[in-house]
Amino acid sequence: MTDGPTPVLAAELIRWSWVGRHLDDIRDNLVQHVELTGLALLFGLLLAFPLALAAVQWPRLYGPILGFTGVLFTIPSLALFILLIPFTGLQIQTALIGLTIYTLLILVRNIVEGLRGVDNDVREAAEAMGFTRARQLFQVELPLALPVIIAGVRIATVTTIGLVTVTALIGWGGLGQLFIEGFTLNFSTPIIIGIVLSALLAFTADLLLVGLQNRLTPWARSSGR
Amino acid sequence: MRRIRLGGAATAVAACLALLLAACGGGNDALEGGSQQNGGATVTVGSTNFSEQLILAQMYAAVLEKAGVKVDTRLNLGAREVVFPALEKGDIDLLPEYNGSVLSFLDPKATQTTSEEVNTALAPLLDAKGLVALDESPAEDKDGWAVTKETADKYGLAKISDLKGKASQLVVGGPPELKTRPAGLPGLKSVYGIEDFKEFKALDAGGPLTTSALNKGDIDVGRVFTTQGAIAANNWVLLEEDKPLEPAQNIVPIGRKDAMTDQVKQALNAISAKITTEELTKLNKLVDVDKEDPEKVANDWLTQQGLL
Amino acid sequence: MTVINEVFTWLTDPAQWSGPDGIPVRTLQHLYYSLLATAIAAAIALPIGVFIGHTGRGALFAVNLTNLGRAIPSLGIIILMFTLVGFGIVPVLVALIALAVPPIVTNSYIGIRSVDRDVREAAEGMGMRGRQVLWQVELPVAMPLIMAGIRTSAVQVVATATLAAFVGLGGLGRYLIDGLSQRDLAQVVGGAILVAVLSLLTELVLGRVQALVVSPGVAGRAADAAVRAKVEKAA
Repeated sequence: MTDGPTPVLAAELIRWSWVGRHLDDIRDNLVQHVELTGLALLFGLLLAFPLALAAVQWPRLYGPILGFTGVLFTIPSLALFILLIPFTGLQIQTALIGLTIYTLLILVRNIVEGLRGVDNDVREAAEAMGFTRARQLFQVELPLALPVIIAGVRIATVTTIGLVTVTALIGWGGLGQLFIEGFTLNFSTPIIIGIVLSALLAFTADLLLVGLQNRLTPWARSSGR
Repeated sequence: MRRIRLGGAATAVAACLALLLAACGGGNDALEGGSQQNGGATVTVGSTNFSEQLILAQMYAAVLEKAGVKVDTRLNLGAREVVFPALEKGDIDLLPEYNGSVLSFLDPKATQTTSEEVNTALAPLLDAKGLVALDESPAEDKDGWAVTKETADKYGLAKISDLKGKASQLVVGGPPELKTRPAGLPGLKSVYGIEDFKEFKALDAGGPLTTSALNKGDIDVGRVFTTQGAIAANNWVLLEEDKPLEPAQNIVPIGRKDAMTDQVKQALNAISAKITTEELTKLNKLVDVDKEDPEKVANDWLTQQGLL
Repeated sequence: MTVINEVFTWLTDPAQWSGPDGIPVRTLQHLYYSLLATAIAAAIALPIGVFIGHTGRGALFAVNLTNLGRAIPSLGIIILMFTLVGFGIVPVLVALIALAVPPIVTNSYIGIRSVDRDVREAAEGMGMRGRQVLWQVELPVAMPLIMAGIRTSAVQVVATATLAAFVGLGGLGRYLIDGLSQRDLAQVVGGAILVAVLSLLTELVLGRVQALVVSPGVAGRAADAAVRAKVEKAA
């Protein structure tokens, strides 16, 4: 019996001619990937902040919120996407809702930890100086919590970039489309390109966020994260 | 180059904000970015993952464009379970399909076998969903059973009924629904009298899993599609269907009634009339084995046939 | 909602709990892939993380590995391995191992690194040489963090082992894939619930193991350190 996949494929890992012919598609996939990631992070942040603030304001909420989000996180992403299909079809919402939920989980945790990590002395000083609650939050607590929050954004970003590929199974996928194409055609080239590009994308995003963190929190730089 | 249209990020953001504000599910029509263009309606051609589907979808898109229809393609969407609901919902307007498969998808207990019977049973089911099947093609991509040459020689297998008496020593692999569909394992039992196989492995429908498992010997008999390039490439033996069991599987475009204008119908029926099973098998080989582009293969063939 | 009813029915149906397609068998398969992958990952990752922590070389790599490891698309790896190697358990294992290695490396590194200088110097002062310091002092002290790393990896692996079904193997992911294919939403939901429960159980069980494995001295160390700090301040 013949062993392994058909001989044509075994001959080469990357057929560069294929890459050359498909630069347009690859670029489209990359753009879609970035868009999905960006939107998921945006909505994740928008939803995470209120939840985190609530958890900080009413500490009794924190346990349940953390527990609930923790459980959601263990649900296999594929299942979540499949379950959304009957409700939201193959529109971008299906992919975005699923992705946003996962970013949400990571971000809530980090925002809360960041805010809680602010020294009570600092908070009390601000209050003594007459800062309103809102001013305290935006001018004192958030800036101080920023390093931890951005660490959370870093994790969420990189995780989401990986998760976007799973949405290929429901018609989206960004670079994940290349995986499916390679799978059905028994062709390693698109798969390898997809893996390399999504890894590069994550690496770049991470670097940019570290740069952002350094610029936003110059005082934290010396303590070295 | 027809690309996968995503619509502007702005449209998507607006779409998602709308979603967040409204109850989930409603108002999908405004959200398919890129479909609403000024003037005539755009026809969105969809497809599942397989090379044959990609080729056919590209063909449809090409002739529709030539006929002056605005076309959008959303290919590689996934399995039929994911794609067909998209057609029902209106996310896509048109799919290259197989009459027998759609029938058993919509009616898992269906047992019709000839083209006429299948079409007759299918029409009302489609109608109820606002869909319509256009003219079918003489080309058929049926479901079949394949074994490696070694297995065929070892057990003396040339037709399906040869499996009788030997099945209990063989492992069979195919899509998960093979166990329950009338044309699947139950059909082998009732029509051919073939006993239970040694083991059933749930893989995919004629896809890479089945191909690999068959080649490596993890399964002995695999569910395949008769026009797959893999059959010839791997020197498999396609067991001859000597009793009527499998439904007809004519290639047929299935689309939403409101999108299938006369212009669209004419263009697509012209393709369906000219495709034959042999031609389709040849085109599949170009994509599956020679790794050529489905779009190029489709366009070349259309040009050859004078349709482009 | 009827879906909840259907799921409940599916989960409590005795037929579901017996036979080669039953929940017990699938769970065992799932655990098998997860355990094997995590064990191999630990065997690879622990030496690397500990070595980097002990010698201090390659620190940047170790610290950032976890975050970068998250970027590896498991789906892509499994598909690539399948395309190269074909049907079998290798694609799943490689993908899961790739997933599990980074957190163990990073945590082991940080664990060893975070051993108090005083403790290390005390050990050296007692006459211990490099390797003795490692085995008798650094590793036990770093145990909580090392175990945390293994725990994180294990839970992620259990949640991701659903991918095995994507390439035709078993495990709880079968319910997701088959449910999708048979258009049986109850099966998909049931499968998802089972995986979530298994992940949570993994987290809990390994938490217990961690409590057992970490020496009581180390566990009490945090309290001691606080006391010591206060005493020093007062003095």
